[in-house]
Amino acid sequence: MASVLLLWLAVCLSGTWAVDKGNFKTCDQSAFCKRQRALKPGESPYRALLETMELTNTRLTLQLINDNNKVRLLLELYRLQGNITRVKINELKPLKPRYEVPDVLIREPPTEPLSLLSQDENGVVLSLGAESQRVIVSARPFRLDIMEGRDVLMSLNSRGLLAFEHLRMRKDTFSYKVTSTVASVWDNIKRTAKEEEEKVEDGMWEESFKSHADSKPSGPSAVSLDFSLPGVEHVYGIPEHADTLRLKTTDNGDPYRLYNLDVFQYELYNPMALYGAVPVMLAHNAQRTTGIFWLNAAETWVDISSNTAGKTVFGKMLDYVQGSSETPQTDVRWISESGIIDVFIMLGPTPKDIFSQYASLTGTQSFPPLSALAYHQCRWNYNDQKDVQEVDAGFDEHDIPYDFIWLDIEHTDGKRYFTWDPHKFASPKEMLQGLVEKKRKMVAIVDPHIKVDSNYKIHNEIRSKGFYIKNKDGGDYEGWCWPGSAGYPDFTRADMRAWWASMFAYDQYEGSMENLYTWNDMNEPSVFNGPEVTMHKDAMHGAWEHRDVHNLYGFYVQMATAEGLIQRSGGVERPFVLTRAFFAGSQRYGAVWTGDNAAEWDHLKISIPMCLSLGLVGISFCGADVGGFFKSPSTELLVRWYQTGAYQPFFRAHAHLDTPRREPWLFGPENTALIREAVRQRYTLLPYWYQQFYQAHQTGEPIMRPLWVEYPQDPATFAIDDEFLIGRDLLVHPVTEEGARGVTAYLPGKDELWFDVHTFQKHNGAQNLYIPVTMSSIPVFQRGGSIIPRKLRVRRSSTCMEHDPYTLYVALNPQRTAEGELYIDDGHTFNYEKKEFILRKLSFTKNILSSVNMAPDAQFSTRSWIERIIILGASKPSKVTLKTAGGQESQVEFEFDASMSVLTLRKPGMNAGVDWSVTLQ
Amino acid sequence: MSYQYLLLLLLSLGVSAVEVQRPRGVPLSKRQFYEEGKPFTCLDGSRTIPFDRVNDDYCDCEDGSDEPGTAACPNGSFHCTNAGFRPAFIPSSRINDGICDCCDTTDEYNSGAACQNTCRELGSKEREIMKEMAEIAKEGFLLKQQLIQEAKSGLEEKKAKLAEVQVSKKDLEDKLEALRTVKETAEQPEKEAKERHLKAWEGKLKFESLSTFTIIIASYVSVADLLTHSELDPDSDGSFTEAEAQVKHFFLLDKVDTAAFESVWNNIKEKYVSESNADIPAPVETPQEETREPVPENDSEQYPEEDIPEEEEDDDEEDEDEDPDDGDYKVSPVRISIRFMKDDHDLDLHFVCRNLEKEISFDFGPGAEFAYLYGQCYELSTSEYIYRLCPFNRVSQKPKYGGSETNLGSWGKWTGPEDNVYSLMKYEHGTGCWQGPNRSTTVKLTCGKETVVLSTSEPSRCEYLMEFTTPAVCQEPQSLYPDAHDHTEL
Repeated sequence: MASVLLLWLAVCLSGTWAVDKGNFKTCDQSAFCKRQRALKPGESPYRALLETMELTNTRLTLQLINDNNKVRLLLELYRLQGNITRVKINELKPLKPRYEVPDVLIREPPTEPLSLLSQDENGVVLSLGAESQRVIVSARPFRLDIMEGRDVLMSLNSRGLLAFEHLRMRKDTFSYKVTSTVASVWDNIKRTAKEEEEKVEDGMWEESFKSHADSKPSGPSAVSLDFSLPGVEHVYGIPEHADTLRLKTTDNGDPYRLYNLDVFQYELYNPMALYGAVPVMLAHNAQRTTGIFWLNAAETWVDISSNTAGKTVFGKMLDYVQGSSETPQTDVRWISESGIIDVFIMLGPTPKDIFSQYASLTGTQSFPPLSALAYHQCRWNYNDQKDVQEVDAGFDEHDIPYDFIWLDIEHTDGKRYFTWDPHKFASPKEMLQGLVEKKRKMVAIVDPHIKVDSNYKIHNEIRSKGFYIKNKDGGDYEGWCWPGSAGYPDFTRADMRAWWASMFAYDQYEGSMENLYTWNDMNEPSVFNGPEVTMHKDAMHGAWEHRDVHNLYGFYVQMATAEGLIQRSGGVERPFVLTRAFFAGSQRYGAVWTGDNAAEWDHLKISIPMCLSLGLVGISFCGADVGGFFKSPSTELLVRWYQTGAYQPFFRAHAHLDTPRREPWLFGPENTALIREAVRQRYTLLPYWYQQFYQAHQTGEPIMRPLWVEYPQDPATFAIDDEFLIGRDLLVHPVTEEGARGVTAYLPGKDELWFDVHTFQKHNGAQNLYIPVTMSSIPVFQRGGSIIPRKLRVRRSSTCMEHDPYTLYVALNPQRTAEGELYIDDGHTFNYEKKEFILRKLSFTKNILSSVNMAPDAQFSTRSWIERIIILGASKPSKVTLKTAGGQESQVEFEFDASMSVLTLRKPGMNAGVDWSVTLQ
Repeated sequence: MSYQYLLLLLLSLGVSAVEVQRPRGVPLSKRQFYEEGKPFTCLDGSRTIPFDRVNDDYCDCEDGSDEPGTAACPNGSFHCTNAGFRPAFIPSSRINDGICDCCDTTDEYNSGAACQNTCRELGSKEREIMKEMAEIAKEGFLLKQQLIQEAKSGLEEKKAKLAEVQVSKKDLEDKLEALRTVKETAEQPEKEAKERHLKAWEGKLKFESLSTFTIIIASYVSVADLLTHSELDPDSDGSFTEAEAQVKHFFLLDKVDTAAFESVWNNIKEKYVSESNADIPAPVETPQEETREPVPENDSEQYPEEDIPEEEEDDDEEDEDEDPDDGDYKVSPVRISIRFMKDDHDLDLHFVCRNLEKEISFDFGPGAEFAYLYGQCYELSTSEYIYRLCPFNRVSQKPKYGGSETNLGSWGKWTGPEDNVYSLMKYEHGTGCWQGPNRSTTVKLTCGKETVVLSTSEPSRCEYLMEFTTPAVCQEPQSLYPDAHDHTEL
């Protein structure tokens, strides 16, 4: 029997569990990728025609010619503000326009002057602003080198992999012959005389995958370019992949793929495409961080190779000792199916410079309502209003806070979004009102596939307005999704998005209320019966093929939905929209989660690098389904996942329809207590999280960030992805191993101190610290030198805690100083944009802790006060004096724990929004 | 802080003149620990603080006891008197959170929440409900007594019936005499002859009324099974032949000597049970004892429309797995005949016996008060489905508008908590779910005069919950709400 069981298990595991890789293309199965990847490094056929160079104050243009086919390209080079160089390459005279991605850049990036330093027949040298940075344009073969001083920071086309498939007429068809006779015959003769005969390869004019045909009316149109990064051994980014933080070389397998796909039961640690795509890569070494933003929304593959890959540490040492070593170098190659080359080279030099450079192009993380940072309870599905009410009551009964309860697709009337099941959710407003009374909120799903049903208002309107994406023959595209046959609105159209947004108005979306928010799922788009479970590439968005815009679809869906939520409140309330598919710039519209993961330990582990990678490219509001979506977690895994999720930006439990219920109280009182504690820790830290989001909204810096971002010169941090920082000041090493009895956390910074937030024990930086753990342990450390505000009065929802007092945790560094910030506003409106907020700088120096207004032009008042100040690493004072505005002084009582050097100031009591100082004597 | 005391004073005076003065949020029972003006010792004894730090909106005690009336302590609790209703403790995090938790509004004294005192309303409503419930319980309990009586006489009837069957044992022995001839024939080497005779034997069997006992043995201890147990090899020659097995088999049948059988059974039981997935009950001599023996759950003889129990399949597997040398071994004719019998609907009489046995064997509660549910079915019609609960049998769901019935589980066991085992029924091993578990249903029993399915739901995929009222769970009314009267006086 045992063997039968094993066999059965094996069949299940291999057969039904793992992703069916056969449903998704490899590079070899994607004609353009195969074609492009067949090109090997060598001398580029492209030559710069220096005589065509035009240099204005802000722009250099130059023609490139492919000596093989004489097709000319136009190179544009811009120097952008903030140390960014933009390189654009398009056909000089394309047969028809090629797609240039709109709406992702927040504006036309402002330029800075470019000046010519020197020029000869081999090339030109341009100065990139005031620094010693130059661009060398070499003519034959064409390449670009970006230098700083004597160092090459990045080279383009240095391996000769620039390839630009020009648009062409199909030669093997009747129409071509007609056109060519009617059109300029002379031209044709000239061309054929000059050019090499162009090979027509398989897959250029049509290709098929499984049972799906792609008609490819425009023929081959791929673009490709290589980038060399001397001195770089670590590259990051290009989410979304279920892989390590540090990207791997791809020489022995497929490139990393960027093509938004609904991958059923995705596999870990491979370069397969997932739900979202952000074509941004960061390169880092101890001296510098640079970034490449490849603005192209078509299917894209990224190859990474390294000259040190596979070399052992010993091998590297040997190279070093022998002096024979070449500099380590990483080579990257981007291949996209269509569009143009439009690449932003961000030159850092620090990680934070990269974040602000990228933010200057695509914007920063939206500032969510505070409650969205609290805990979310989701399940596919909460069955009916009674179920919702009972789960809500369950949280109160077990004294576990939560802010949002979610409804998945089953809440609708037959998967018709914007509607409610008439039996199960007969009175949604009553249900929502019940939540309002608890100061809680709800999210209901609204997917972009629209049921084809002539009795469905949304469908009828979209059809009558002609808003659906069309198939290649001009009819409305129809695919199979949750409702059965469905149409897909063309979200690339601004008028369609405006109409969609208007559907969220309270009088349009029946049963909706202010505390109902939205979740956009399946927006890759997912088409169950489409190629690779997505849309046919020859579907039409107006003049553009789906091929050109694919990776943008989800971005637009979330954009339109967020706009709808803003509009319904007359522009007052901040929206909250969760999306599964995303693109560069999606950070502006809400939160992202890592899709349909599984209740497995490895999926818990991968949630860290997946969210770190997203944070690096601007999308800070990231989380993974707590507990795992598919399958049922063991109790231990569930508890560990809550503990991890409590310290990740988006904190939502979710579960598949087929899994047993797993509300936090269903696993016995001990586990309920463990989960309650994890969720409570999240709530106490909400002031810090909120402040981090405010910062991210201002600067574009990631909230959940890899250690190397804060310790860029410490190579020991470069590949760490089992721990992370929240902001600068909290280091988290969640327990992600089954049966763990301890974890080893790397505490960075040789001058740093780290305080265990639970025990207040002090640890030195630059060490690997072994931490014994029990089931209740969540290893978290506060950096010495920081001040973190918390609210310790955890209530049933974050809104209930609005007026509660703060406790300040002041962790002293070896210099006995610390600083932090405190940000307060109303928590849910855009009034902060009208300067209605409080921003205090808290600093501890020379035994004085003070609160100073950092935004004197801002106005806001709060009822919150400071109830407690805990100073870690303090010595015992004889007297503590509080001074408030107006010079009033009073004594503050305190307690001192000598064993831990913890000083607790009891109830100083001042308002959190005013100037004050506390002196230790 | 003095204003707080003033407020407190005013409040306590306002609410009720009878009420004894105590810090906000302190129940009467703990009043003595909060003595105005005297140092307060945290209730866990961890420290002593000046009295003005009680309810001063700062948490001094680890156990939260210094802040019974504020939200300052994360683990504190607040006592609402709720005059007119039932007093309650709420977590102190619910004080002044803008949400009305105490019906007397005392938890929201400083939040601006506009709470209405609803205690009287709630109190009278609750009293009404309790009265109603007490009435139901009273009537229900009477009904229950009746049920117990009926069950008692019913059981006796059934036992008597069984005894009749036992009496016919003698009869049976005569039939077995005939079988002995078959046995001898079976020992002859000529296979054809053997088969012919066996057929005759089989034919006989078909029309005879065998005791249930025989069937049990035949069902669970087939020749094939016996063959796998070398301890039954009488001549120790290692070749435990089919014929021998049959002899053994008939020996068992022959004597219907329970003592002898038990000795054999005890020999093989352990091995047999350990090797089999099915729950095999030890056959027992008398029906009286059998009432305490659970009948295998997956025995489907009660549902003749269903297939032969799975265990037969297992037997085949075991044969193959464990007797690789008996490659040419064939399913024994006896087994064939047994299978044939099982499929044979002419054997109604046997089923009657079996069912009788089975019924007697169920756990119908301490007074067999649930016995009346046996053989009954109760339906509930929802917008989409008709749900059907046949207690001690199965739960099913049938779409209202066409479509086939889905089995939501067959009778499993009582699964209530230790102190109230008979409050929950579990039906399991229903139709499997795609990528999920087999459907199962928990039936929650509450006291009612009627026997009705109140509601069904599917809290988790394929795990159903049914609410069912029956007088059989009604408790003696006076023990239900011992202090119902106390509250009304407040």
